Amino acid sequence: MRTDKKVIRKPKQLLTMKNLLTLTIIIAVYLMIAALVEFHILNRQFTNLIVPIGANIILAVSLNLVTGFLGELSLGHAGFMAIGAFTSAIFTLNVNMPGNPEFFLAIIIGGSVAALFGFLIGVPVLRLRGDYLAIVTLGFGEIIRSIINAISLPAGLDKAGKLIVKKGTMGLSGITTYSNYTWVYIAVIITIIACANLVKSRHGRVICSIRDNYIAAESIGIHVSRFKIMAFVFAAFFAGVAGALYGHNYSNIKATDFGYDKSIDILVFVVLGGMGNIKGSVIAAIILTVLPELLRSAQDYRMLMYAVLLIAMMIFNSSELKTRMQESDKLSRITRLFKLSK
Amino acid sequence: MVNIIEQVINGFRTGSIYALIALGYTMVYGIAKMINFAHGDIIMVGAYALYVFIVLLKLPVIVAVLFTIGLCALLGMMIERIAYKPLRKAPPLAVLITAIGVSFFLQNASLLIFKANPIKFQSIVKVKTIIIGDVAIAGITVVTLVVTLVSMIILTLFINKTKAGSAMRAVSEDKGAAQLMGINVNRTISMTFAIGSALAAVAGILFLCQYQSLKPTMGALPGIKAFVAAVLGGIGSVPGAMLGGILLGLIESISKAYISTQLSDAIVFGVLILVLLLKPTGLLGKKRIEKV
Repeated sequence: MRTDKKVIRKPKQLLTMKNLLTLTIIIAVYLMIAALVEFHILNRQFTNLIVPIGANIILAVSLNLVTGFLGELSLGHAGFMAIGAFTSAIFTLNVNMPGNPEFFLAIIIGGSVAALFGFLIGVPVLRLRGDYLAIVTLGFGEIIRSIINAISLPAGLDKAGKLIVKKGTMGLSGITTYSNYTWVYIAVIITIIACANLVKSRHGRVICSIRDNYIAAESIGIHVSRFKIMAFVFAAFFAGVAGALYGHNYSNIKATDFGYDKSIDILVFVVLGGMGNIKGSVIAAIILTVLPELLRSAQDYRMLMYAVLLIAMMIFNSSELKTRMQESDKLSRITRLFKLSK
Repeated sequence: MVNIIEQVINGFRTGSIYALIALGYTMVYGIAKMINFAHGDIIMVGAYALYVFIVLLKLPVIVAVLFTIGLCALLGMMIERIAYKPLRKAPPLAVLITAIGVSFFLQNASLLIFKANPIKFQSIVKVKTIIIGDVAIAGITVVTLVVTLVSMIILTLFINKTKAGSAMRAVSEDKGAAQLMGINVNRTISMTFAIGSALAAVAGILFLCQYQSLKPTMGALPGIKAFVAAVLGGIGSVPGAMLGGILLGLIESISKAYISTQLSDAIVFGVLILVLLLKPTGLLGKKRIEKV
């Protein structure tokens, strides 16, 4: 006779000490940002940076899902962002609703349409792997950009009640600037929690197993394509949300803002922050968005130094020096020192 | 009818420039298994070098062209030695990011030296327009086609007939086995980068004579297009890169003329995606069976 062990499932505790602590930190950080902005402690230049920083964090964390956890290089993340920005802006320009609910709907619509595109493109394309997938995502981003440039966009009604149609190359203008630190902060927190929980869940472990060895994953019966698409759609949704926030921060947007360069920028956040490390993506996105503003005066040299640092870091990361330092425990001693000094 | 012929000839011209650049991508990929994202910027370096040699140093045209090609070949070898060689055993993504770093570096270095404003440049090609029947072919087109054809013939002969060429093929087939046969792998890889960069320099010179204007980001777009061409033809395959480049040029010029200028990029990338879906390794690429 089989003796079935009854698995007693405990109801998941939401109010653990750890979660409460996290919640307190989240609220405290919010209050700090609010105080900094409302009491004008931050100057205009940095207050204006809050929304771009938030959008970049969302982009970096969501791309990390595809590049860091799934292990597939995507060079078209800005394409999803463009879809989110343009659909949400078209929505707020054409619909007359009270401010905040309208913006909330716009964000959801921007994210959903981006996710839909992520799915439509993902289904056929994700059969490819590695470099071929990378070039196709790059191509996809460029297709989005040139299609937005080629079509005409409905930009709301004018005073006489006639529909204004704008040429795609002109972009959209007159967008109400709904984005503020509260919206962005909430979106960032939701993104981070959603991504962190996905990664910790069963699905997340499957995604990581595909990265580590897709043949092994396939051989134990994991439907590789399905989980690839899942990660892709998830990432596309948040990229769309980031696009919506970004678009409603400036009153006009153009398709050229979301080109191949932007995709590369996001990829650099992810790689510099550490692939498969959500905290790292957040920190890298913040630092690399603020740094250019701090170094305005030396801007040309800044990019040159940035390039040199990028190369040096990649070489150091895979050099013998690092392994030797790790073996002799120097690296961890340095990081420990760093932690203590904090 | 005349119009179509002219568009096709234009397509061959842009296509052959793409093919020259794509050859560099594909050779480097075949031998080092990496996408050299900085390859497009070598075109830019070549164009600026030509400008410096001709306008600032007032060298004769032939000498300037040879110096430009030599400089780019040297640059390609240096980039490989400094940035890519330490990463031979690193994961592909790390190498790719390094290549992006190199590309940033080249662009920003030239931005610092030559500033962002476009510089005008007088074409060095003095061939007159040829008229056959009603079809007019610009001198630069003739030169581009001839130069590309000659380069491709020399390259094919080099790869298939010489000892160094066989070494290159051997290394791209199996690095370890090639080393056991006494081939100097490091030198072969260096040589591949030098040849690829020299071809990029030729493409840069032709590109500059065509558009007659210089700016630090001029290499980015042809670089990406050529990369697409290399993938379209099957990355790693030398005839594939030639075919892919010419095809891409034809598609681009015909869709620009008859469909829409704005959509031409979308069509180019759309064709690429379609081809990859039907033939996941490109038109002439070999399928690798993965063994566990």
